[in-house]
Amino acid sequence: MTEGVTTLSAVAPKARPILGRDDWIMRWGLLVLGVWLSVAVVLPLYTLLSKSLEDHGGRFIGLANFAEFFATPVLFHSIYNSLTIAIISTAITITLAFIYAYALTRSCMPGKAIFKGIAMVPILAPSLLPAISLVYLFGNQGMIKGVLMGETIYGPIGIVMGEVFWTFPHALIIIITALSMADARLYEVAESLGTSKLRTFFTVTLPGARYGVISACFVVFTLVITDFGVPKVIGGQYNVLATDVYKQVIGQQNFQMGAVVGMVLLVPAVLAFIADRIIQRKQVALISARAVPYHPKPKTRFDMAMMGFCCVVGFMILGIIAVDAFASFIQLWPYNLTLTLYNYDFDLRDGGGWASYRNSIVMASYTAVIGTVIIFAGAYLVEKIRGFTVIRSLVQFMCIIPLAVPGLVLGLAYIFFFNHPANPLEFVYGTMAILVICTVTHFYTVSHLTATTALKQMDPEFEAVSMSLKVPFYKTFWRVTVPVCVPAILDISIYLFVNAMTTVSAVVFIYSADTTLASVAVLNMDDAGEVASAAAMGMMIVVTSAGVRALHALLTRGIARTSQAWRVR
Amino acid sequence: MVTQETPAGSGDQRTRYLKIENITKKFGEFVALQDISLDIYKGEFICFLGPSGCGKTTLLRAIAGLDIQTRGRIEQDGKDISNLPAAERNFGIVFQSYALFPNLTVSKNVGYGLVNQRMGKAAIGERVAELLDLVGLGDQGSKYPAQLSGGEQQRVALARALATSPGLLLLDEPLSALDAKVRVFLRQEIKSLHRRLGVTTIMVTHDQEEALTMADRIVVMNQGTIEQVGTPIEIYRNPMSPFVGNFVGTMNFLSGVVTGAASVRLGAMEFDCANGVGGLTEGQAVTVCLRPEEIAVRGVASGGANSFEVRISGLEFLGSFYRATLQAARLGDMEIIADFSINEVRDMTLDEGATIQIALPGEYIRIFAED
Repeated sequence: MTEGVTTLSAVAPKARPILGRDDWIMRWGLLVLGVWLSVAVVLPLYTLLSKSLEDHGGRFIGLANFAEFFATPVLFHSIYNSLTIAIISTAITITLAFIYAYALTRSCMPGKAIFKGIAMVPILAPSLLPAISLVYLFGNQGMIKGVLMGETIYGPIGIVMGEVFWTFPHALIIIITALSMADARLYEVAESLGTSKLRTFFTVTLPGARYGVISACFVVFTLVITDFGVPKVIGGQYNVLATDVYKQVIGQQNFQMGAVVGMVLLVPAVLAFIADRIIQRKQVALISARAVPYHPKPKTRFDMAMMGFCCVVGFMILGIIAVDAFASFIQLWPYNLTLTLYNYDFDLRDGGGWASYRNSIVMASYTAVIGTVIIFAGAYLVEKIRGFTVIRSLVQFMCIIPLAVPGLVLGLAYIFFFNHPANPLEFVYGTMAILVICTVTHFYTVSHLTATTALKQMDPEFEAVSMSLKVPFYKTFWRVTVPVCVPAILDISIYLFVNAMTTVSAVVFIYSADTTLASVAVLNMDDAGEVASAAAMGMMIVVTSAGVRALHALLTRGIARTSQAWRVR
Repeated sequence: MVTQETPAGSGDQRTRYLKIENITKKFGEFVALQDISLDIYKGEFICFLGPSGCGKTTLLRAIAGLDIQTRGRIEQDGKDISNLPAAERNFGIVFQSYALFPNLTVSKNVGYGLVNQRMGKAAIGERVAELLDLVGLGDQGSKYPAQLSGGEQQRVALARALATSPGLLLLDEPLSALDAKVRVFLRQEIKSLHRRLGVTTIMVTHDQEEALTMADRIVVMNQGTIEQVGTPIEIYRNPMSPFVGNFVGTMNFLSGVVTGAASVRLGAMEFDCANGVGGLTEGQAVTVCLRPEEIAVRGVASGGANSFEVRISGLEFLGSFYRATLQAARLGDMEIIADFSINEVRDMTLDEGATIQIALPGEYIRIFAED
């Protein structure tokens, strides 16, 4: 200004904001969440790490266990095997999923909804199930073992086939998302410039979907390298890291070496996780808000070719499930083909009987309910808290960690942490509670991200308005946030339920005689040679998951109808 | 640093409602507000006007307690509220995004803050109906926000903010998301609502027209500081800095040199300026400011005060007037922008390429030292 001098008042008092009741409640809530995640994630992982640096007597011996691991060819060779399997499986899965996703998003073939539904079926099953089916198809007494031309299914071939089946839907979801974000204007420009279809594919389509494809690669790679169900059933003498952990701990009771293999298994998972995070961050700027959605035009020959491909893949997926279902109703393959329900009489077999099925339902229900409450409320606190930045970032980081931790590693860490005699929480060991805690934690991150995305889509000023109207935040949370987020909340609970039904890796270390689970029963019955009953229990899991999914679809539709007056699409 | 002009004619009998003292707000290293001081009087309609990133919304949020300042004091109605959380302050707020709760009906939205005040159901219903009538949506209570137009939604947000009878109404770019026609209509609505209720109101806007038509006083902000505070007329007529002159309305900026107590030289010509040169010394380089519409063309005789010959190098039709670009050999490279009315252009047959006599009226010339 022309007149007067700027007096920068260093004397102006520094503001010392008084915390309101809302701030206090939120901060305490976030602290509780932080403590919970410390107990459920950080401390067990820390215990695992320290275990890998100890000898049998619990003395610290530095990296001696790791030295032993790398000096033992059998163990060391597993790294090579795991990487081989993971790379081959990833390449096959991504190729198939990309073409399948391309057919679903870029063609006008009929029956897209059905094909998409079929592709999702593997998610409903534990990874043990495709392996069992493969044994029935290509095993020593397999229905079509001739197809392998003398090669054995028990080994890399079987593992890769099982993993491709099991990881297919995970890759498909990501690639579909990537391909559906296409901007029609780019294609119009390419066409107006007379660009060939092939060149358009390589210059427009692939670059657009690039990040999605890379992300899918990392996801599949991590799933395969950390999966234990498929190699356990069909791996034969072919050792991979995941089965080594199991063998060291359950077979040889060598906890220290188990911890070491677990740490080794953590490395590729964490690396893939970090790489994926970096790439995800780059992707943000890719799609502009003004993009015009791409709508494919009918091209008979192309559409038919695409449909043919989807039919083949869909047939294989359903075939695997059908073989399992078929096997579960057969008296004794291949000698006595009479149909029977005998294999469903689980109480006659080891593995926990029908009780394990009931346990699974209970466990999955608790996981869905408790998990959804913790995860959604937690995501809300992380998203909406004001100030408290250090704790907030810390908790936010802890919410993301579980994604990088393979289930086996988490389960192993839980043994060391919760079974420690000095741990005041030891009482949960061997109970249903530890299974629920472990499963919620195992699947925490994806659910957390779902909740965060839903919360970010809400107007950030709702809380400000509530404050100005003197309405406590929890009332607005209950009256507005939760109702608006119901679809996301249902998605989270269904995700938790289905995964709790199918998971084997994390819980296999921490179930007890009273808390056997259906998925673990599949494993144990298969181990005991009761393959048909294992198949039958596998079917029970598939049917239950499918039923819950159907219920979810109905609920979602009902909610869409009752809230259509206010829900804006 | 800032001259605070109290509203014309009201002077000291007005009661101060909001006292903002030396507010500084930093986001990390970035200084969003730098030592802001301002008084706001009871019942006033104040506009914070400035380009995006000037700190106007930050100041509003500090007043609301949504983002508390780093340093400084705020007093509301005689009470120090500097450190109070938003929930313990006394204000209603309306956002650009409306922030209406989508799953609640219009009535439930408006009554949202009343439920918490231990009012009876019937009393709430009455108050909600009264508020909806006030904003002209008496029959829309049972609809959901998504079923209303943008303008109607913003009126619901207004009713909700007023429901608890706050002492201070804060409007954060309330009209920016609306169509031009609706915007003009709501401008009047809000203004008449303010006249009826007399609630002290602060509106943040980047739209000078909005500020000029609605505000009792405008606070022009730039880069975290206040450039000028004044009534719309004062801001427009007497901008205290080139920034204000440029941001509010259109302004000619011409480089000149002080030649006397009330004269400046532009190019090879000397001009009288009735308002003086603001104590600047002779030989000082200055920016000479004049609004395009003040440039006289009708009845300007050759040799008259501040008159000279120019050539019309460009003439742009803007609907209700023409904007001309004027050049003169004696001005060198400088161009002057002048707004001529339709009838001036018609009567005097002004056209591109024509040579005419114009005058720069000395009483409208403003002079600022060149930085």
